[in-house]
Amino acid sequence: MPKLTIDGIEVEVPAGSTILQAAEAAGIEIPRFCYHERLTVAGNCRMCLVEVEKTPPKPIASCAYPVGEGMVVHTDTTMVRNGRRGVMEFLLINHPLDCPICDQGGECDLQDQAMGFGSDHSRYAENKRAVKDKDLGPLVKTQMTRCIHCTRCIRFITEIAGVPELGATDRGEHMEVGTYVEKALSSELSANIIDLCPVGALTSKPYEFVARPWELSKVDSIDVLDAVGTNIRIDSRGPEVLRILPRLNEDVNEEWVGDKSRFALDGLKRRRLDRPWLKKDGKLTAVSWAEAFSAIADKVKGMSGDRIGAVAGDICDAESMLALKDLMASLGSANVDCRQDGARLDASRRDFYTFNTSIAGIEEADAVLLIGTNPRKEAPVLNARIRKAFVARGIPVGVIGSETDLTYRAQQLGNDPTVINALNDGSHPFADTLKNAKNPLFIIGQGALARPDGSAVLAAAWRLAGTMGALTPEWFGFNVLHTAAARVGGLDLGFVPGPNGKSVAQMLDGGVDVLWLLGADEIDTARIGANTFVVYQGHHGDAGAHRADVILPGAAYTEKSGTYVNTEGRVQRGFLAVYPPGDAREDWTIVRAFSQLMGKTLPYDNIDALRMRLEETNVVFSRIGFLPRFGCSDPAAPSGDPAALSDTPFTVAVENYYQTDVISRNSPTMAACSATTPALAAAAE
Amino acid sequence: MLQDKDRIFTNLYGVHDPLLAGARTRGDWDGTAAILARGRDAIVDEMKKSGLRGRGGAGFPTGLKWSFMPKQSERPCYLVVNADESEPGTCKDRDILRHDPHKLVEGCLVAGFAMGACAAYIYVRGEFYNEGRMLQAAVDEAYAAGLIGKNACGSGYDYDVFVHRGAGAYICGEETALIESLEGKKGMPRMKPPFPAGVGLYGCPSTVNNVESIAVAPTILRRGADWFLSLGRPNNSGQKLFCISGHVNKPCNVEEELGIPLRELIERYAGGVRGGWDNLLAIIPGGASVRLIPKSICDDILMDFDSLRNVRSGLGTAAVIVMDKSTDLIAAIARLSKFYMHESCGQCTPCREGTGWMWRVMTRMTEGRATIQEIDTLEQVTRQVEGHTICALGDAAAWPIQGLIAHFRPMMEERISAYKARISSPSRMAAE
Repeated sequence: MPKLTIDGIEVEVPAGSTILQAAEAAGIEIPRFCYHERLTVAGNCRMCLVEVEKTPPKPIASCAYPVGEGMVVHTDTTMVRNGRRGVMEFLLINHPLDCPICDQGGECDLQDQAMGFGSDHSRYAENKRAVKDKDLGPLVKTQMTRCIHCTRCIRFITEIAGVPELGATDRGEHMEVGTYVEKALSSELSANIIDLCPVGALTSKPYEFVARPWELSKVDSIDVLDAVGTNIRIDSRGPEVLRILPRLNEDVNEEWVGDKSRFALDGLKRRRLDRPWLKKDGKLTAVSWAEAFSAIADKVKGMSGDRIGAVAGDICDAESMLALKDLMASLGSANVDCRQDGARLDASRRDFYTFNTSIAGIEEADAVLLIGTNPRKEAPVLNARIRKAFVARGIPVGVIGSETDLTYRAQQLGNDPTVINALNDGSHPFADTLKNAKNPLFIIGQGALARPDGSAVLAAAWRLAGTMGALTPEWFGFNVLHTAAARVGGLDLGFVPGPNGKSVAQMLDGGVDVLWLLGADEIDTARIGANTFVVYQGHHGDAGAHRADVILPGAAYTEKSGTYVNTEGRVQRGFLAVYPPGDAREDWTIVRAFSQLMGKTLPYDNIDALRMRLEETNVVFSRIGFLPRFGCSDPAAPSGDPAALSDTPFTVAVENYYQTDVISRNSPTMAACSATTPALAAAAE
Repeated sequence: MLQDKDRIFTNLYGVHDPLLAGARTRGDWDGTAAILARGRDAIVDEMKKSGLRGRGGAGFPTGLKWSFMPKQSERPCYLVVNADESEPGTCKDRDILRHDPHKLVEGCLVAGFAMGACAAYIYVRGEFYNEGRMLQAAVDEAYAAGLIGKNACGSGYDYDVFVHRGAGAYICGEETALIESLEGKKGMPRMKPPFPAGVGLYGCPSTVNNVESIAVAPTILRRGADWFLSLGRPNNSGQKLFCISGHVNKPCNVEEELGIPLRELIERYAGGVRGGWDNLLAIIPGGASVRLIPKSICDDILMDFDSLRNVRSGLGTAAVIVMDKSTDLIAAIARLSKFYMHESCGQCTPCREGTGWMWRVMTRMTEGRATIQEIDTLEQVTRQVEGHTICALGDAAAWPIQGLIAHFRPMMEERISAYKARISSPSRMAAE
């Protein structure tokens, strides 16, 4: 490890580090625009200039210069200061001084660094450059005159998102960043370029002229619109959520967030349920909480427990699911299920339904097999990890499922479950690739499990993982990729049919007389019998509410403090950013209040007591944020007969990335995204 | 003065057959196998000893550059020949390509062998259409004659030569931008380090050399380093192609010894300055990218790397641009500024923004529509660009202006004053 001196501070950094990294290690800040630690080094902004002794007497771009043993670096000499001031001046001569009307104002690198390193006046008397704005679709607003050509957006879209749609055309001062032929960005991660842009050239279109950063209150939370558990920050003003930004979490989302998770927030303001409703004479009427509760109580009282059932939806917090499950138990019902889509998940052991390798662990894989999943649509941030491993080491990726562009090179192995067994017995050519891999990674998606032979697919995939050496104490390469943020939490809580309990399908098909839907909208409500009394508890007037006899208004994920378990099995906690609208309440309190009316008061009256109960139910809930990685200690297979595979092709779990749940379905921004995606727009017509 | 027996480019003017038969009569491809038989190290040592300095402009010792290539490499190594001759005023490589292409092809083999390369890529400027065809014809001939390709010249060494045509961007003459362009990307210079000898073309060790540097190599090796050293001046050995253009009576390309006095060069070969030596205003001695020198320096300057560096100019590509007293020097430099603005790749900030700024100020300076203080601002802007960029284009854009200000500041001030006088003097009224 070379040792060098920066501004008199001696620091030792790994060989191959750059001076800029070494300076960071020494706690010295070096200004930069183009450098970003997750992107390749471009070295084009020239802001990070430093002086290195015993080199030609000119400043050196520290972001690209490797450290050497005994190097002596100065970051605050006259030459360095003048160099930075010069670069700053150059950046500003063609940058419009329209900060008062720029959305980046207040969080702009150029503003900050101009204050820190720039000069106090301009000597430029010529005309400024003006550049035509580009239309990059409904998410990213451009103001290309402000562009300082750092190329971060180009590098992100090309390297991380893997959709090389941005580039620079022309040269010199006429260089422009754009999409060559004007089109909307097709990446699911496209809006991250807004965060990366150091100036106001790329800003958020839905957030255009909405607020200034200093007006916002910021709350750390967890995203629920896919099962990755992206760490987010919710920015709100008054009762309104205005913006969602990713938060840094190296183990989960690094610093990225999918477009849906970022922009579906305008769905939080539309078609909200803000008061209880009761169906009277076939028509929903607004009622008080007391009236709504007593209507349910009248129905439930005296009913046998096995005629009552509950289904939990895809974006429920663990607290409300536990409260509902406890309520059902107190009513004598084992009819609970959290698998709306009917996925044949085996809840008997946690590693049968989690992403055991962990998201960060994907980077260690040296071969990947995707079974019935399209991670690009189901979990774009996770897909970026697979791409990262692919870019770093060119790992082979095989796909059993329909052909699609995953942003990396993938080999199409077939589209039906029998391929799994062909790989297992070595008759498929890709079997050798998996066999020769040290760390093969298997990802089973919901498209492979939500089908009649789902248990067989699960068992066959497990067996294949075992054959290929992915079920060892050193390497656990068997992974289930979920699409629902609530799913793993629900399975951890045992929100699945108990002894003699009924599954979702049985409940829908007349197995119960009272059906409590906790945010469950992705079911076929037409199957529910006309005589079934449906209670819908949730926050949006969507499919579930349309069929409901009683509607209990709940809180969306931004409006409650809740625990979520992501596809890895990582327990994370979101916090309340704004209050639920109108008479809506946090969901667990609704269940708790109803239990009191039924005379079966649940034994917790604050969230801490409920969380104690969570930990009692499953010890995993005591560990927030941190996820220990285990090897596979027990290769015993999940229930299911691996031989009972059908040859029906896999279907995709997520057809339209932009509209998967009640929030995104009610979001105009997401609707606009669907409309600009050619394949989706064609399907809609 | 160079004697005829010491000339290397004996078909510079294209009066003889440029192709293989003619080239053989001029001594090309003579004993090439024997040169290769000396071995890599011997060739590199001989080149080092000859003191040949790169003919592309920077004057870096060629033999030393070759020696940076790895002795053992798991990856293939490449020789890249820079035939993207775009420096304003320079037209020497063009004559080599069209009149003596076999010198280059043979040089590719010898140089490539010396650095352990498996192939040479010759990147020919897009505008050189006929020259590219001539070169391709020479390469095809050489393949057919077994001089390159498998078992080149019977030496047992396999060597390929590829001709690639550029699309006409000046920046692609910068070695790393050339590599990028050759790889099919946008021609933008790379950061150094890593240098091409470590990570070059297709990520493999590569050396980029100018056409002339490669074309003289076989003759040096045939005639010996001592012969080459006997020409020119110490540390500036050998001969060089000079391209004389501008206000001379007979613009020409000529091969001469390094260190020839500038005045002798112009008067002997180019028929002298138009209107006589005393009509001379200034000369840009090495292509557009070096600082100009006024007549007082031209009188006794020697044309070699070190002498010109000592007067804060440079030999560059030895493209002598002569400007007599009829020249509007400010307008001439402003035109060069426009060229650099147009050719800046736009990658790094100082060059992208600075070249446009410099050109705009220079345009006003041409009219005199500026203030005296702006001359200082302009000078500072050139300093802010120089040395702050990824490649040398920023320096090249700054130096002509620096040269102008250093030597002709009074002229600029005069222009500004004249403009001011013209504007402020009351215009005459029509007689009432």
